[in-house]
Amino acid sequence: MAVDYTKYLRMDKMPLYWCPGCGDGIVLKCYLEAIDELGWGKDDCAMVSGIGCAARVTGYVDFHTLHTIHGRAIAVAAGIKMSHPDKHVFVFGGDGDIVHIGGNHLLHACRRNVDVTVVLINNWIYGMTGGQHSCTTPPGAKASTAPRGTFEPTIDVCQMAIGAGAGYVARGFAGDPTRLKKLIKEGLEYKGFSLIDVFSPCPINFGRRNKLGDPAKLLEHMKSFLVSSAKAKRMSEEELKGKFVMGVLHKDTEKPELTASYKGLIEKAQASDEYWAKYVKGTLTEDDKDKITREELKKLYPYDVETPLKEWKKL
Amino acid sequence: MGRIAFLNANAAVAEAALVAGLGFYAGYPITPSSEVPERLSKIMPEKGLPFMMMEDEIASINACVGATASGVKAMTCTSGPGYSLKQEALGMACMLEVPLVVVNVMRGGPSTGLPTRPSQQDVMQARWGTHGDHPIIALSPCNAQEAVFETIRAFNLAEKYRQPVVLLTDGSLSHLHTKIYIPDPEEVEVVDRAQPDVDPDNYYPYEYNYEVPPLAKWWADDGKSYRYHLSSLIHDKTGFPTVNPKYTQWLLERMHKKISNHLDEILKYEYYKMDDAETCIIAYGSTAEAARVAIDQAREEGIKVGMFRPLTLWPSPEEQIRDIASKVKNVIVAEMNLGQYLLEVERVVGGKAAVYGVNQAAGVLIRPSQIYDKIKNPSKRVEIGLTEEELKRFGGGE
Repeated sequence: MAVDYTKYLRMDKMPLYWCPGCGDGIVLKCYLEAIDELGWGKDDCAMVSGIGCAARVTGYVDFHTLHTIHGRAIAVAAGIKMSHPDKHVFVFGGDGDIVHIGGNHLLHACRRNVDVTVVLINNWIYGMTGGQHSCTTPPGAKASTAPRGTFEPTIDVCQMAIGAGAGYVARGFAGDPTRLKKLIKEGLEYKGFSLIDVFSPCPINFGRRNKLGDPAKLLEHMKSFLVSSAKAKRMSEEELKGKFVMGVLHKDTEKPELTASYKGLIEKAQASDEYWAKYVKGTLTEDDKDKITREELKKLYPYDVETPLKEWKKL
Repeated sequence: MGRIAFLNANAAVAEAALVAGLGFYAGYPITPSSEVPERLSKIMPEKGLPFMMMEDEIASINACVGATASGVKAMTCTSGPGYSLKQEALGMACMLEVPLVVVNVMRGGPSTGLPTRPSQQDVMQARWGTHGDHPIIALSPCNAQEAVFETIRAFNLAEKYRQPVVLLTDGSLSHLHTKIYIPDPEEVEVVDRAQPDVDPDNYYPYEYNYEVPPLAKWWADDGKSYRYHLSSLIHDKTGFPTVNPKYTQWLLERMHKKISNHLDEILKYEYYKMDDAETCIIAYGSTAEAARVAIDQAREEGIKVGMFRPLTLWPSPEEQIRDIASKVKNVIVAEMNLGQYLLEVERVVGGKAAVYGVNQAAGVLIRPSQIYDKIKNPSKRVEIGLTEEELKRFGGGE
């Protein structure tokens, strides 16, 4: 049955502001289908984004949404998740936002395995600012800051995330929405950090400069870089050079999730007999509160316990 | 009744934050602020509260913004270099209008500077560190006991005005152990952010008819869920971006007015022996304690000198300083920098009194004797108040 997307979208914010042929809408659709299949309520969902075209998703989805500064969405999301471990927290962002300027936060969210799902819309370019090359622009491709083609190598963000210890890492393609939805859904369900790297076309700012202005042509071009994980298994290292593997690349069901680990730490701390632990349990005795009497204190210190507070209140 | 403890100002700030209702801490290690996270890392799990050491200074303030936007009181703590790194997100907190407390234990700068030594060189950065026309509140306690109260006040002001508050201590104050009193929450006022009296459907995070619109907790205490959008872009009442000049101007003006219209409540200051004073020392933080000693000494000799000590540095107590300038002959600003608050005082005084500075950025506290000398002879430059013998102990320079 078709999904009623309007249920999850702020329809008064339509039409979407993305360019014709942009992949962002396809990825958003796949993501909403996955949410719908999971039956998660809007009230339990929070989404954070940074800056960029993909980051505008927070304006459209009818969740608790936070549109923050460039590159920091994952750090913000970690703060939300740690404060509300029972809620679902997501991040949407582009390659410039998540991988390039925000790379450090991505690495450490992977390591912590905090239960946040990151949908990375990887269009190989800084779209919003006018087509400057990013850390994912293929070598030799033209960009507004690389009129003769880029001279920098790129990064395989999925391999980086796996190396950093992410629990779930997958790569999808905007040209294959059926599989993309499944990958996102599996990432959402995963208890831990999940990254879904989605190759998605930017015909206006990447395509046109590289004679790929036709969205269908650009999708074909992007596809030529991708191989399925099944096919990749049969390929040699030499053959895989310059290719990006699609599908679920890594899933660690053993690695503890961060908020669960922290819960364990809380239990350990509260089992102690220290002041605040007793305070929380309500088992403080008079002795805990004040080991020195006020009279003794007056002799030890030029002013008694009430004076500083009183004096400060007067200021 | 609260507790008596023997603590430095860093630990005092940590304890006070818990009294004020701290619900989330994220930080990054930096000297000389370390005792704040160290103490909290022990206590917060006992209280069942999240404590995080993040990958960098930027991540730590951003995590705090996430926590506070969702409805939890948050704090981060740092020193000079870390404070520089936090500036962009501090501006975001101003723009989103979320309560936040940022502690800056000032050390000698610029750059890596003097990691273990005190300064007051971040006073102007506290005002203008982040880009754009933003309002800010900055507080400066003068001892560990006052750091307890001012930390609580920082949280209260942050919650009341939906505004990041900067707490400025320094490397000396933060490591000086003294006996302090930590009050119970019942003994002091603890303010929580105002909650909307409308249903989620009719709620706007920047409602026009408020000076400080209520900031709904995403998951309210009564079980309601307030879904709305906050953006670091210029926004209208709904929280969604706009470039409409009318709403842009409205937003920035309201953000400033919510502070400037409530100076009575935000400003805190002390007059010390000012009744008949002909010379006024303006000092804050650790330096104020040295000024107090110098004033007592000068008073014994019959010199009419007093002190005006702002606890709230920003917004600056303009009216009070102007009033002092009309009554005294000389104003002397003593601070551990090359003359930052001095600029603000000069601006406010506007030539009505002579303004002098005791400015030392040497990584050591200003001594009472230096301020005393300045009181006696205001136009004479103040030299580093250390003997050759004392300087030798620091090593280097040869």
